[in-house]
Amino acid sequence: MYVYQDYDQRLLEERVAQYRDQTRRYLAGQLSEDEFLALRLQNGLYIQRYAPMMRISVPYGMLNTTQVRKLASISRDYDKGFCHVSTRQNIQLNWPEVADTPDILAELASVQMHAIQTSGNCIRNITTDEYAGVNPREIEDPRPWCEVIRQWATFNPEFAYLPRKFKIAVNAVPDADPALIGVHDIGVQIVHDHDGETGFQVWAGGGLGRTPMTGEVIGEFVPWPDLLAYLEAILRVYNKYGNRDNKYKARIKILVKALGADKFRELAEAEFAELKGGAMTLTREEVARIKACFVDPDYRVDVDSAALHSALDQHRAFNRWYHTNTRAHKRGGYRAVTLTLKKTGRIPGDITDEQLEAVADLADRYAFSEVRTTHQQNMVLADVAEDELYDLWRQLDALGFATPNLGLITDIVSCPGGDLCALANAKSVPIAEGIQRQFDDLDFVHDLGPLDVNISGCMNACGHHHIGHIGILGVDKKGKEFYQITLGGRGDRQSRIGEKMGPSFESHEVNGVIGKIVRVYLDNRLENEPFISTYERIGMDPFKEVVYG
Amino acid sequence: MAKVIVNGDIVDNAWQRLTSEELEQQGVPEAGAVIVPLTYWLSHREALLERSAPVGVCLEPGEEPADLAADLPTLPLVAVNFPAFKDGRGYSYARELRTRYGFEGEVRAVGDVLQDQLFYMHRVGFNAFEVRADRDIEEALNGLRPFSVTYQGDVHDERPIYRRQSA
Repeated sequence: MYVYQDYDQRLLEERVAQYRDQTRRYLAGQLSEDEFLALRLQNGLYIQRYAPMMRISVPYGMLNTTQVRKLASISRDYDKGFCHVSTRQNIQLNWPEVADTPDILAELASVQMHAIQTSGNCIRNITTDEYAGVNPREIEDPRPWCEVIRQWATFNPEFAYLPRKFKIAVNAVPDADPALIGVHDIGVQIVHDHDGETGFQVWAGGGLGRTPMTGEVIGEFVPWPDLLAYLEAILRVYNKYGNRDNKYKARIKILVKALGADKFRELAEAEFAELKGGAMTLTREEVARIKACFVDPDYRVDVDSAALHSALDQHRAFNRWYHTNTRAHKRGGYRAVTLTLKKTGRIPGDITDEQLEAVADLADRYAFSEVRTTHQQNMVLADVAEDELYDLWRQLDALGFATPNLGLITDIVSCPGGDLCALANAKSVPIAEGIQRQFDDLDFVHDLGPLDVNISGCMNACGHHHIGHIGILGVDKKGKEFYQITLGGRGDRQSRIGEKMGPSFESHEVNGVIGKIVRVYLDNRLENEPFISTYERIGMDPFKEVVYG
Repeated sequence: MAKVIVNGDIVDNAWQRLTSEELEQQGVPEAGAVIVPLTYWLSHREALLERSAPVGVCLEPGEEPADLAADLPTLPLVAVNFPAFKDGRGYSYARELRTRYGFEGEVRAVGDVLQDQLFYMHRVGFNAFEVRADRDIEEALNGLRPFSVTYQGDVHDERPIYRRQSA
């Protein structure tokens, strides 16, 4: 993980003091609602349906166990004993008091955490592959580059009042898109040139929310020293020319679309030409300093893989979990383990204070004291030795984190929805729970294979419904909750926005519709064909016929 | 006399900012430093250049330093208006004035200018601030220095922090 220097820590402490003064002036009536709004948002604080919501930054999803324990104590002391993993890999508190928020930020700062720029019209948390650094398919570790970008974006004075929020993701896997760069304001694909030197293919103009679309390649190959100059050029063009009259047309995707990729590139390249070679140029020493924070842990060389194989032979449930919830690791003898926070009846991504502490204990014991959050609202222990997997599984199972459903129909991604969020048009949690109850037979769920179900309570698309194989969007029709279904979205290398099925459904109809969609798939699939491939082969019509027929 | 923050001090505001309507109706006053809108500057440039007292130009969002590039070497002041503090275009304009055009005169933030934005404004090149009239300008001064640390370079020192540290 990135290790703070004195100045990183001082910056956080000064931020807390600044925000404490701003909160004091707001509570004393010296700042208007609107003025405080912009300030509190850039410190992660929303005012929600019942209470404020505080979004804590988890840079590219990385946490150490000291930080996890701090999140547990904050959830206990300032909230109702639980928090929520968001689709931006952040952590959300749902019930803090406004007056307490400076103290919460001070507690976070004591463990090198903060809520800087987790909302508001600024550059948000940088995200990446949750298996970054251990993924055998990546060409290099993307996290040092995320950190380089994070520092440039943090309190960047020119880009704090953009037309709209701005999200950047970094991906280092050539043939897959685990970071969803195709649907980000800027997506950074790490590539290597013929000499093996690092560069970046830079995409811009993707995004979900209203008017979802995938991005365009703006920079085909940006050499690594120029990364920040190139990003700054794109941001400056957006800051100057992005739409500020209509918030629904204010994301960079609308600007890129309106100008066309070629014109946008021309403007960005003109800015870049002035910045290139200047003081923003990254140095080998600085990149090396940051890379040194992301070195391999002390992997064991004596891992007894035979022990794993005998456990796999003996325990069917363990075997199923192993094949579903663990992933290959770049290091022989190790696996990356995902803890699914998707137990039926629980808000997807929710975790209690005691569970956080239990996860921290397990990470200390089995995973080099490191925990990650994922954009699918799960957690990852990235470095677990194969001969300890069985012990770990037994403990995860007791905690309820070993449901073997990673990437399956019940591993639902969902925003908190109308139960908590003031923006939502409809509830999303009961919809998720209904689907999980319908598909409660694990054998059947496994037979269905990979199936992404994403639910958003409104157009803002926090549940990423556009990229779900099955997407569910809450809409408001004359004060009543309805749900629009999309099919065929993808959040992988072929990022694609799902297609609307047709008229929306009432909440009590949704579960039946999902059942019918699954039935059409089963009736049509070829051997070993996953849902998304069947959909792409047969198209929307067979699904529509059954659902609306 | 109204007050303004210039180079970190609270001083009397020596400049009178005029709207297009005022200028169309009353013309330019004989004496005293004035700030005129870009549109008025472009349409009355010759006459304004004849004037003995100083003239500055105010940019609105959507009007860029490029529109004024040729005149920048002779202008003593460029103001950038923030109709609402959340409209951040002016930050890029100030930065361009300083770094692209090397403008060394006064760059003044006017309009919805508040304490909590001053630090960022200063970093991108503003050196003068007409704090909104209903706010305490003394208190607003605190907004210039909430941080002793900055990651990025800025118009005052273009080096990012790691280059400053090792220097």
